[in-house]
Amino acid sequence: MNQPSETPSTSECPRRSFFARLSMSLSALLGAAMTLPGIGFVLGPVVRKPDQRWRAVGEVNSFKVGETVLVSFEDAAQVPWAGVTTKTGAWLRRVSESDFIAFSINCRHLGCPVRWVAESSLFMCPCHGGVYYADGTVAAGPPPEPLHRYHVRVQGDQVQIQTGPIPLTRFLLSVDMDES
Amino acid sequence: MNRLKRTWNWIDNRSGYSDYIYPLLTHIVPRNARWWYVFGSATLTAFLAQVLTGICLATAYVPGGEGAYQSLIYITNTAPFGNLLRGMHYYGASAMMMLVVIHMAQVYLHGSYKYPRELNWMTGVVLFFVTMGMAFTGQLLRWDANGVWSAVVASEMAGRAPLIGPFLAHLILGGETVGGSTLTRFFVLHVFVMPGIIFAGLALHLSLLFRHGISEMPDPDRPVDPETYREEYEGRLRESGVPFWPVAMWRDVIFSTFVVGMIVLCALVFGAPALENSPDPSNIHENPMPDWYFWAYFAVLSLSPPALETWIILGAPVLGFLILFCVPLFSNKGHRAPSRRPWAVGIVFACSVIFVVLTIYGYKEPWSPDFGVPELPGRVVGAESGPIAEGGKLVHSKGCLYCHNIGGYGGHRGPELSRIGARLTKQDLIIRINNGGHNMPAFASSMSSRELDLIVRFLLTRGTGKDSDAKSGTFWFPNWPL
Repeated sequence: MNQPSETPSTSECPRRSFFARLSMSLSALLGAAMTLPGIGFVLGPVVRKPDQRWRAVGEVNSFKVGETVLVSFEDAAQVPWAGVTTKTGAWLRRVSESDFIAFSINCRHLGCPVRWVAESSLFMCPCHGGVYYADGTVAAGPPPEPLHRYHVRVQGDQVQIQTGPIPLTRFLLSVDMDES
Repeated sequence: MNRLKRTWNWIDNRSGYSDYIYPLLTHIVPRNARWWYVFGSATLTAFLAQVLTGICLATAYVPGGEGAYQSLIYITNTAPFGNLLRGMHYYGASAMMMLVVIHMAQVYLHGSYKYPRELNWMTGVVLFFVTMGMAFTGQLLRWDANGVWSAVVASEMAGRAPLIGPFLAHLILGGETVGGSTLTRFFVLHVFVMPGIIFAGLALHLSLLFRHGISEMPDPDRPVDPETYREEYEGRLRESGVPFWPVAMWRDVIFSTFVVGMIVLCALVFGAPALENSPDPSNIHENPMPDWYFWAYFAVLSLSPPALETWIILGAPVLGFLILFCVPLFSNKGHRAPSRRPWAVGIVFACSVIFVVLTIYGYKEPWSPDFGVPELPGRVVGAESGPIAEGGKLVHSKGCLYCHNIGGYGGHRGPELSRIGARLTKQDLIIRINNGGHNMPAFASSMSSRELDLIVRFLLTRGTGKDSDAKSGTFWFPNWPL
């Protein structure tokens, strides 16, 4: 199988040199043809952002002023097989007759679900002990930022929450996803 | 020559068994390796067990947002041998994680990573990290509420990366939220990508093992000198080496049998790990918790100071990988014997202690509010009626006990209050509860003055007589230093 030692090296033989380069170029080309569509496919859900939707979470009159309750709604991105995983929770508070606030349930430390403890008016996270006051500001523990808020509006007799991405805590720069 | 022999000769000639496979099986190994060297082969055995049980589980597992949970319930409760297989896959994962670490510690302690086996070590480190990736993604494929929140936590961690954080987070989730594309991504990683890397890595790891031979037991009088090592090693092998098959292999087989036996036994006795709530991301009644091998890291995430946290979350795994990967580049010659390398022994000992302590912390979660704490019983409160008894009820209903322990009841996030009356005055208590401080929320706005008064009166009775015989609840964690 070994080549005889007197065979000239590829650099001395233009024809062989050409074929070596051709093989390498074609390999790169066919490699790209096999992988690039796949990369596009895998990145699809990241690049193509869904339009955020308003979701009804209940009748205005079903919420008492001053109370903070857990509501759930469906995300903007929906596929038929997602089933229950398409749901997202929020802590909704009726502040006055016409005003509502909705907090994301995701702790700003690492995203775990915070619970509202009504007796002490605090949101508490079970994972690493993050605690927030009723207005969402950090009361204790590792969270670096206040709880994220969703946009809420009243349409007719329905309270609606605008869907949004899971709030991410950024490195060094704080991006306020609330914009309100 | 009979027919059978002719057939075999044909197969042998065309396949190259005698030329390629047989020499590998019978390669000469040092005689003194004995029981020390069984961990690598046992890790391989555990991996094979994972592959076999995993393939079977994949025939029934549905990697879809809703279907996964249903199929897991079917596998666990209905499918023949389903519970046993899930249990074996679970305990097999634990076995593989333990064995890969023990194998690595043994190789490090014996200095087997030194010349000429540097790449053996480096491929092993890659395999170790991919194994951890398999452990994490595998836990997540148990697609219950814990699995969903594990995906969220993973994306939040990735989201902290500079510049590309959100891109990575959304790549992991398959979108901006947990949904139909989330589980399938982790499924692909766990079933195709990572096993592929492990198979390729194993092929390299094993071919390097055949290339450089199994290292001898370290000899304190024989440090590694790259100039002469190979020649001397081969000389000694010719003198006293034995073929792996059939002479040296039996210890590996016995230990691997023990490992598989333990995996099956654990699966039979304890069964498959319990499934938690359904994977509904709007269900907040969940306390996400990784499997035991990650409790130490889980503890680090809670204990690290906020200013350094992002550096630790992202930096610790990367730095850990780089340090381990580069170990043979720092020292590839000199002594191998642990008796001549006290620092190596110290490092392994320190890492073991740190891991065990952090694992216990991670399990006990002293930083986590104890949401399920019951009301204080009368014998701890010390009064059946009146303001002291009312105050005793209020420390429960106001959530004080979530973080503070009184007489053995409550969490460990804040200082224990069993003897607080002996340490703080009425004024101190009022100021502390109203204003918070030292990582305690301020309660001024969520407590009436009457409630505050009752709680303070109750707390002032702590440590001042009657309750002093109440059992202390802090068995491991003293006042939490935050």
